[in-house]
Amino acid sequence: MTNTQQTLESPLAPKQTRLEELWELFRQNRLAILGLIIFLFFLITAIIGVILTSGQDPVFDPAMIRLQEKLLPPLTRPNIETLQPAEIPTLGIYLLGTDDLGRDVFSRMLQGAWVSLTVGFVAVGISVLVGIFMGGIAGYFGQGHLRYDQIIISCVLITGGILLALGTTYTGVGLLVAGHIYIFFSIFSKKILARRTLPKWFNLLHRGAISIDTIIMRAVDIMLCFPTFFLILTVVALLPASMYNIMIVIGLTSWMGTTRFVRAEFLSLREQDFVTAAKALGVGHFRIIFRHMMPNAIAPVLVSSTIGIAMAILTEAGLSFLGFGVPPPHATWGNILSDGKRFIFDAPWLTFIPGIAILIVVLCFNLFGEGLRDALNPKLREKG
Amino acid sequence: MTDSKNLLSVQDLKVYFRAKDQVARAVDGVSFDIRPGETVCLVGESGCGKTVSALTILRLIPSPPGEIMGGRVLFNGVDLLDLDETDMQKIRGNHIAMVFQEPLTSLNPVFTIGDQIGEGITIHEQVEPEELRKRCVQLLRDVGIPSPEQRLKDYPHQLSGGQRQRVMIAMALACNPDLIIADEPTTALDVTVQAQILNLIKSIQQKASMSVLYITHDLGVVANIADRVNVMYAGVIVEMGDAYQIFQNPRHPYTKGLLAALPGRSRRGRRLHSIPGAVPNPAFKPPGCPFHPRCSFAIETCKTRFPEMCKHGDGHLSRCPVLKD
Repeated sequence: MTNTQQTLESPLAPKQTRLEELWELFRQNRLAILGLIIFLFFLITAIIGVILTSGQDPVFDPAMIRLQEKLLPPLTRPNIETLQPAEIPTLGIYLLGTDDLGRDVFSRMLQGAWVSLTVGFVAVGISVLVGIFMGGIAGYFGQGHLRYDQIIISCVLITGGILLALGTTYTGVGLLVAGHIYIFFSIFSKKILARRTLPKWFNLLHRGAISIDTIIMRAVDIMLCFPTFFLILTVVALLPASMYNIMIVIGLTSWMGTTRFVRAEFLSLREQDFVTAAKALGVGHFRIIFRHMMPNAIAPVLVSSTIGIAMAILTEAGLSFLGFGVPPPHATWGNILSDGKRFIFDAPWLTFIPGIAILIVVLCFNLFGEGLRDALNPKLREKG
Repeated sequence: MTDSKNLLSVQDLKVYFRAKDQVARAVDGVSFDIRPGETVCLVGESGCGKTVSALTILRLIPSPPGEIMGGRVLFNGVDLLDLDETDMQKIRGNHIAMVFQEPLTSLNPVFTIGDQIGEGITIHEQVEPEELRKRCVQLLRDVGIPSPEQRLKDYPHQLSGGQRQRVMIAMALACNPDLIIADEPTTALDVTVQAQILNLIKSIQQKASMSVLYITHDLGVVANIADRVNVMYAGVIVEMGDAYQIFQNPRHPYTKGLLAALPGRSRRGRRLHSIPGAVPNPAFKPPGCPFHPRCSFAIETCKTRFPEMCKHGDGHLSRCPVLKD
């Protein structure tokens, strides 16, 4: 008895979770590991950077102007005799030189790293959230149809809202009230009208007009038609310049890829037996979408979002370079580059340092993303 | 007809699937009853509407293309087809649970066994985490999985097929349902494991006195487990009765054909009997009795008139007027 018990208790399959297996595969890819290391270095730098460069009396002051020390090349020692004690850089050396106002480029790069990091993560976070939501709805509920009456009522409500906003109070309120009455009516009508024969026009109104999948995927197609960068430029020009607006705008113009991924995954997942099994357990729709299906669909989203972070960092740098980005006193890699381009022959480090920093960070995200994709790809896994 | 002692009563259920210009009548007027504590088998070949009937009881038919065209599914006197989605979710898992055919794909690959067994309980009941864990361990022990504490942390791919099916059964048992629908739970398993799972279902059923609707195409399994048997063909029930009646005294040519097709000791070395022809396409069923093109007893009226249920006494019914006596 004890003997059989022991054999039964011995592990049945290699004791390896999915994560460990993934890490095994990922580790074999040297470039991806390099990407991961640089990414972690960048992460730590940015976090330390924002701590050391912000506050009343920062350790590295990115805004300290020393006009007599301007355009010094990297690794120059400051001229201690002409500087106030407070103006001397903390390291005792201009590690990455100074710019045209004598500000320490090293401090400014540190400050800019945080901007790049947050813009990258928050923008991609927004786009992934929107993308997962839209893709999830399109993939799971996509076969459902919006009915004619629902479309008409939403039009009525929207017109009501617009009229109210424009000042036509009575008509606006009237439309809004009528819309809400209809919604309440339609919630309870199922029970009231269940056993009656209905007039023909009523049935016609309740006929499905357009599928939810069509609506969402055509919206994606429309969004993909815009040249994104110019759309962002236009929107940013209209909005007050701030870091948060840029994050939101970048996020809201890059969710389409995620939506397509998630929808495609969901279309195949919803036919899987375990989804039916979950339904048979009495699990609700949203719990099925977000708890049962999403973890199975998240892999390609993760991959595309790492590459998306690189894209967002590039976009932010581009916007800052064009002067539409984060407003000037705050340093970002884009506006360091933009300031430096006037002195590209006198002080090339002002353009090369932020340029190379952007290059390395974007490259590391791309390498990391591709490594992740290869590790998650079951076809490549078979070969290895 | 509405017998209060029936746990589940399916009455004249019709489920059609619409394609572009065809209507496939997958389930075309099925009626059967399940009493508390009873094992009822639904037997028939692939595509005869067994699984669709079972899924319709839980209202899991994808719609579109599926449509419930008529009939009633009375569960404790409540028509499940009238309930809305939220009420239905309270029935599923809690009162009626289902065990699926493929244990390999019916478990979510990204969650541990413990998560998946516990999920049903957390949805339907308020349970403390410690209590939940204890119940999961107990459930795994009930279905005969060794060292359940360790298995809770395992992922489905770390278990064998038979163990996964045991886990599926544990999930179905989680909320002590009144009825378990088992949709060919042993088809994907090999024969020794199949026998174990059948014994497990039998013992659990006796212990917890729940009803089982067992769907299968395997008459050997039916003989092993069933109290009563419903034989389905092309979306209708052609014969119903208790297991002894069906096996000893089949009154429908289709049932006779199925039983004749079983290999037996007395017919060793001879060719097995087979029913000529194939199952009709559910979109183009023959008029009259759906079985008449393949039936050796068929007479003229079979081609035109859909046969009524004929009583053979003691709850034994069959849809064949020819073999009435």
